Amino acid sequence: MAEEKQDRFSLPALPFNKDALKDKGISQETIEYHYGKHHAGYVRKLNAADKEGKVPEGTLEDLIKKADGKIFNLAAQIWNHTFYWESMSADGGSCEETLNVAKKLKEDFGSVDEFLNQFKARAGAHFGSGWIWLSSNAEKKLVITDGHDAFNPLKDGLTPILTIDVWEHAYYVDQRNDRGKYIGNFVSLINWKKVEERFNALK
Amino acid sequence: FWTNLAPITCGGGELQSGALSKAIDNKFGSLAKFQEIFNAKTAAVQGSGWGWLVYCPQDKGIKIMTMPNQDPVGSLGVVPLLGIDVWEHAYYLKYENRRPEYLQEIWKVVNWKNVEQRYAEATK
Repeated sequence: MAEEKQDRFSLPALPFNKDALKDKGISQETIEYHYGKHHAGYVRKLNAADKEGKVPEGTLEDLIKKADGKIFNLAAQIWNHTFYWESMSADGGSCEETLNVAKKLKEDFGSVDEFLNQFKARAGAHFGSGWIWLSSNAEKKLVITDGHDAFNPLKDGLTPILTIDVWEHAYYVDQRNDRGKYIGNFVSLINWKKVEERFNALK
Repeated sequence: FWTNLAPITCGGGELQSGALSKAIDNKFGSLAKFQEIFNAKTAAVQGSGWGWLVYCPQDKGIKIMTMPNQDPVGSLGVVPLLGIDVWEHAYYLKYENRRPEYLQEIWKVVNWKNVEQRYAEATK
């Protein structure tokens, strides 16, 4: 009897406890749905597709860059959500002036506050499901991009350093339709240590 | 969307036999089969969007379409008869991420009288 193929993709551990963000507007209930059902669901479905031979060779990043349609959606949503969890921290929210990324944001946006204003505005204005990203582009400039559904800037040759999920499931349990409130909360959760790490790793 | 829905006590979920039910049987085999196909296509919408039963004047027939976000199906030259919202806000409070379950249940409150009226108008 043929051996059942192993799961190729796995759900990474959450970088914090499920109730860690509750004081800043993201409840344990949201995490249980968002991580435990949505994020986990994408992993499950990509593994199922893989066992049917539908997933080409490569890492999630390879699939994001090269695949389309259902496989792209699944791979990108797994990657996007992992990146999102790592972009937040209960003691996040303060971007020290001495950080390299703070200096670069000042250079490219005028100030960190101006960057945040633009990021929040883009996140608020995005119609429907999707993601808003801060990435470094080919000219080594930090830019904000956004797109629908499983949108990921790796496909455009950018290197992301921060993201926010604006699918309704990210905020409906806690803020209902008040996406603006969710975005405000998110800014107070930004894990600037992680963003700085990603920024410093840029080639 | 709101006109497409009615409480069970006001006829929600009941399709009387008539021109529309005949058209559904002809095209899809049966009401149950139509709902199965509709649900499969609509559940598969990525992100936010709508599932639609439309009348296509060019083909003189009904068909199922899905559209992303709030993109109007009318802009494609077809007449919308029935629309089911699958933006997460339509179902998250009761069904959480279980969109297929919402789609199973929504048929109980579809206002078929309204859908039939729209069909009659479109096929005049």
